[in-house]
Amino acid sequence: MTVYARPGTPGSIVEYKARYDHWIGGEYVAPAKGQYFENPSPVTGQTFTEVARGTAEDIDRALDAAHGAARTWGKTSVTERSNILNKIADRMEAHLEEIAVAECWENGKPVRETLAADIPLAIDHFRYFAGAIRAQEGSISEIDGDTVAYHFQEPLGVVGQIIPWNFPILMATWKLAPALAAGNCVVLKPAEQTPASILFLMDLIGDLLPPGVLNVVNGFGVEAGKPLASSPRIAKIAFTGETTTGRLIMQYASQNIIPVTLELGGKSPNIFFDDVARADDAFYDKALEGFTMFALNQGEVCTCPSRALIQESVYDSFLGDAIARTEKVVQGDPLDTDTMIGAQASNDQLEKILSYFDIGKDEGAKVLTGGHRAELEGDLAGGFYVAPTIFEGKNSMRVFQEEIFGPVVAVTSFSDFDDAMTIANDTLYGLGAGVWSRDANTAYRAGREIQAGRVWTNCYHAYPAAAAFGGYKGSGVGRENHKMMLDHYQQTKNLLVSYSPDRLGFF
Amino acid sequence: MSDDVDRPAEAHPVPERVAVTDAAAVLLAHLREEHGELMFHQSGGCCDGSSPMCYPLGEFLTGDADVHLGDLRVPVPDDGARPGGTASVPVWMSRNQFEYWKHTHLTIDVVPGRGAGFSLEAPEGVRFLIRSRIFSDEEWEALEAAGAL
Repeated sequence: MTVYARPGTPGSIVEYKARYDHWIGGEYVAPAKGQYFENPSPVTGQTFTEVARGTAEDIDRALDAAHGAARTWGKTSVTERSNILNKIADRMEAHLEEIAVAECWENGKPVRETLAADIPLAIDHFRYFAGAIRAQEGSISEIDGDTVAYHFQEPLGVVGQIIPWNFPILMATWKLAPALAAGNCVVLKPAEQTPASILFLMDLIGDLLPPGVLNVVNGFGVEAGKPLASSPRIAKIAFTGETTTGRLIMQYASQNIIPVTLELGGKSPNIFFDDVARADDAFYDKALEGFTMFALNQGEVCTCPSRALIQESVYDSFLGDAIARTEKVVQGDPLDTDTMIGAQASNDQLEKILSYFDIGKDEGAKVLTGGHRAELEGDLAGGFYVAPTIFEGKNSMRVFQEEIFGPVVAVTSFSDFDDAMTIANDTLYGLGAGVWSRDANTAYRAGREIQAGRVWTNCYHAYPAAAAFGGYKGSGVGRENHKMMLDHYQQTKNLLVSYSPDRLGFF
Repeated sequence: MSDDVDRPAEAHPVPERVAVTDAAAVLLAHLREEHGELMFHQSGGCCDGSSPMCYPLGEFLTGDADVHLGDLRVPVPDDGARPGGTASVPVWMSRNQFEYWKHTHLTIDVVPGRGAGFSLEAPEGVRFLIRSRIFSDEEWEALEAAGAL
């Protein structure tokens, strides 16, 4: 067990600066209006740094820098870009522990997760796209003996990316790595809840990229996000967030006729067929862990398995074991490596979760465990902690239909395969799903039947770079991860070439 | 064109679907002075989802895919030149989301926080929040009778 010293206190491996400006053109630039906003740690609720409050002027300045760099960056060889991404990965790996502690402090998630998942995954993501871009090939179509169609991939140019707060560095990396590999320059707007950890990272890797290739402007959505998303100077906008803002971003994009990638959340079903309980063995233990995955990252994951569907014949026994497993989840100081669940990222997030406890109970859902704010001791009492919560009810209830973004799972039963599929697909969303069965045929058929972009089969919450991630239905447009992402950040250039010396004969 | 589900009562008093707390109304009055007429669109899903988003009126395009839940009344102070009164803030929700929410009455409240999205209140260090309750049987029947479901 290790308890990391809090950033800024004696013995800490992390020191956040007292103030962060925007990162534009390879240097820190003060905000045009001179305003800053406070950045509290959810661990204690106390402010630990202040961050530039960007406006349209700052976005424009960042776009100037990006456009200034775009031509040169887009023409660099793929080897050169690949080498830079690998250097970024190496630098991050050399500082993994500091980055992990920094992100834990800003987001409130347990350091165990940032050490083992967030940061290692981000590092691997840069390496994956460093490799993918070098292996990418265009194509040639021989139309006839004299005519050839060549297809080249070209960068889009300057793209805008708006990052969520739940995995500040990993989600930034999901968008950055393919965009940079493909030769684009980026203006990135982090979430206002987590504006500093990405700049902590920039302090480590900023020197590896040519000035202007990656620019970071912080601020509030309405003041900085909107000018970026609606700018006629971006060639694409990528956004992770919720549906109304997603629609608004599509609306802005339609005015500029640019593509969007939207990742808009979900209400993912986690389905346990009865054969899971056929034996009390390692697989059963794995399935119970799979159920408890709703508490990962405090439930602040778009793919949180927030609906558990358990087959009737094993419902009582499986649920009993699942409750016991959930109650073993250790909640505490996020900087303690034994802590499994930390703090929600912000006060309004906490308030929203608590409001869902009210609506859940009002609708008649039964609280099987949790259902309240977790009171921690000392200065952690000021942090935003929620006890892992299991509701039991019906799929029509709002706690089954809305993304709570907290450590809350809503459980119901199903009679047979068709019933499971009906319930699983009775949702506005289609981002993730889990299927648990020892029977390969059942698992395969369920996976194909569920309308979701990612169906974890006998696993959950794995995010390897080579697996495509994205939503069906209301969960968004486009994909992230996988080499297909290069295509999302590229134009197709077709050269249609005639090698015939003879005229066509039309005129 | 979108359905107005908050239509006048015929035989029974039809309950309003949305309300606003005093604190949220005061904030709306302040935001209205700064940004002009306002609107809400109730969001769903992900990081800042399931939150009501406040925009300048017309900023967010509504259409057949949306339901107009009702209008909030916001106090307009007497500024000396013009008499005070109330202003109207329409509240919208996606039609498909409404199918799952229609049995609940919504109240827009405000809490300290750091909202994301492009909602107008975020720079004030506060966040609009939805509080919900289930309609009573009598209210539900009245809504049914009015064809507002």
